[in-house]
Amino acid sequence: MGKILAVGAKEMRQILRDRRTLLILLFIPAFFLLLYGYALSFDIRNVRLAVQDRDRSTASRELVSSFVNSGYFALVGYEDSDAALARLVDEGKVRAILSIPAGLERDLALKRPVTVQVVIDGDNANTAATVSGYARLLIAEFGAVQMKTLLLAAGSPPVVIAEPRIWYNPQLRSALFLVPGLIAYISMITAVVSTALSVVREKERGTMEQVRMAPVGPVSYILGKTLPYLAISFTSAVLIVLAAMLLFDLPMRGSWLLLLFSIGLFLVGAQAQGLLISTIADTQQVAFQIALLSSMLPTMILSGFIFPISSMPAVVQAITHIVPARYFLVALRAIVLKGADITAFWQDLVALAIFATVAMGLASLRLRKEWA
Amino acid sequence: MAEAIEVRGLTRKFGDFVAVDDLSFTVKQGEIFGFLGANGAGKSTTIRMLCGLLRPTAGSALVGGIDVGRDPEGVKRRIGYMSQRFSLYEPLTVDQNIQFFGGVYGLSGERFAERRRFVLAMAGLEGREKMLTRDLPGGWRQRLALGCAILHEPSIVFLDEPTGGVDPLSRRRFWDLIGDLSAKGVTVLVTTHYLDEAEHCHRLAIIHAGKLAALGTASELKQVFASRPIVEIQAPQPVRAMAVLDGLEMVEKTSLFGTAVHAVMRDTRTTPAMLAERLAEAGVTVRGIGPVSPSLEDVFLDVVERSLDRVERSLDRVERSLDRVGKHAGAA
Repeated sequence: MGKILAVGAKEMRQILRDRRTLLILLFIPAFFLLLYGYALSFDIRNVRLAVQDRDRSTASRELVSSFVNSGYFALVGYEDSDAALARLVDEGKVRAILSIPAGLERDLALKRPVTVQVVIDGDNANTAATVSGYARLLIAEFGAVQMKTLLLAAGSPPVVIAEPRIWYNPQLRSALFLVPGLIAYISMITAVVSTALSVVREKERGTMEQVRMAPVGPVSYILGKTLPYLAISFTSAVLIVLAAMLLFDLPMRGSWLLLLFSIGLFLVGAQAQGLLISTIADTQQVAFQIALLSSMLPTMILSGFIFPISSMPAVVQAITHIVPARYFLVALRAIVLKGADITAFWQDLVALAIFATVAMGLASLRLRKEWA
Repeated sequence: MAEAIEVRGLTRKFGDFVAVDDLSFTVKQGEIFGFLGANGAGKSTTIRMLCGLLRPTAGSALVGGIDVGRDPEGVKRRIGYMSQRFSLYEPLTVDQNIQFFGGVYGLSGERFAERRRFVLAMAGLEGREKMLTRDLPGGWRQRLALGCAILHEPSIVFLDEPTGGVDPLSRRRFWDLIGDLSAKGVTVLVTTHYLDEAEHCHRLAIIHAGKLAALGTASELKQVFASRPIVEIQAPQPVRAMAVLDGLEMVEKTSLFGTAVHAVMRDTRTTPAMLAERLAEAGVTVRGIGPVSPSLEDVFLDVVERSLDRVERSLDRVERSLDRVGKHAGAA
């Protein structure tokens, strides 16, 4: 116990001495959140829209205002000539055109099908797909409203009309979906890299050999070395959560205690991974690269952070089971967005605990071999 | 006096490579025991085994009466270790380093306070407790490292090339400290490749290719030259002088020492005057010539060369027997 304290106190002093690294560990994560949080957004807003309204009726005005009021489109102006419209798109002044045929209102009243055309600049396929989705949705909504009014006016029996409600994130802001992922992503990288480097640094400098000559077991050494970093990564993770609440209106619907517990469990696993890397790598450079790759890529790609796991091929889905961020994300989203209690995600916490135990076990096996 | 270290047939292999080969020696309590050898001769591997850091492949070693193979942790409690890298935490202050090593050796309270004072006094670091270790000059850092290694008052201290990269004055002071330790009954096993430093050791072991090539006091080791006097020749063209000397039947071998040549005679009958005569005949200018007493460098080179010869001879034997096998195979 005294030895763990001695190693821990030494490590903490070393960290405090190295102000730059400490600041990096504490604040760069929150800064990354800012960067990624604003840059990584699947939302597209204020798409410049030109309207070719050949109907000029109440119905057509309603359709146009539903586009503008959605917030996804910003009306640049009305234009009748096809050539002028094409020029607007070519010059990049407009990214979408809504073309309403003459007789829209009349055909609607006669219950005849109507086609409304939307032209989208496809130079960025992703944006085009998203914009097309928005447009489709708005037109479908418009159609449904029209149909409902007509049916009610005619006193016809009601038919089935879809009225989608999206829970927890009604505006479908991608930030709410991405920010928990970012929290996992950034905390994971910080914890793995800092732990791996702190051990390998001692190997490189020769101080580890000096400590191995002393009657300190590997367990005391490792505990003493990792606990200060756990405290720092933990603080840093909480700072990110707070920053996310402030900057991205991340709600906090569940229990703080559960949130802190899940973060702690996740970080211990990340540290174990860092330790395992430190037993493989002999130089800080190698350790840094392995730590970065092994924490960044799986957390980014295989955790459900950006790409939904359910739409991955079966083999890849199987691999995601060893990515701890996968489980952490479920717990994090459940606590923060849904306010769910532990019954909803206890399996994920168990999985996190298993990951931490296995990684720690492997690391201590390798370390024991190296130690004496 | 009791034996502080007893090594019997100590061997360590890394795969096929034999780093330490059947080493046996004993070190008495309070003795300064020097370990000489070229880089890669197996000195560090031996020390690491004696410190309980590396398990021997074969053989045994008792350090302070404890078998390092059986109870490495017990050994670690009784020894101090300092390496060429003076493995201190450079971003920490002098005091913080002392506190850390005090902590890992389980010192506390009055005992720690007393040992801390001792180390600061020994290293001459009083008043500099708050200095960062990385800002200390090499000599101070070296003494602090020694202080941290003996903080827990071990009875045996291992020093692995402790004087690398330190100025001569600091080296001298360091050896004085080692002498003090030895006077207090602390056993010191030290490796070095500074041969002038080796003169400070009570006894020396020369390691070559993992094997013990020679063992004894400095003067005992120099006895190998008792029947083979060394003549030192000062010549403006030492390389030419060497070529001539190597051609003489009374000269066993020559080596270059700075600008001088050391020639080892085959027997005690050859005098410097005879050599001077032969050199003059060959037209080599000689500025000075005379007998010199062997230095440890002479001893070291001699020991290493002879063990190289042994290796070559055994390689020759292997080659010859392979030839025979080949001929037999050819005949059959």
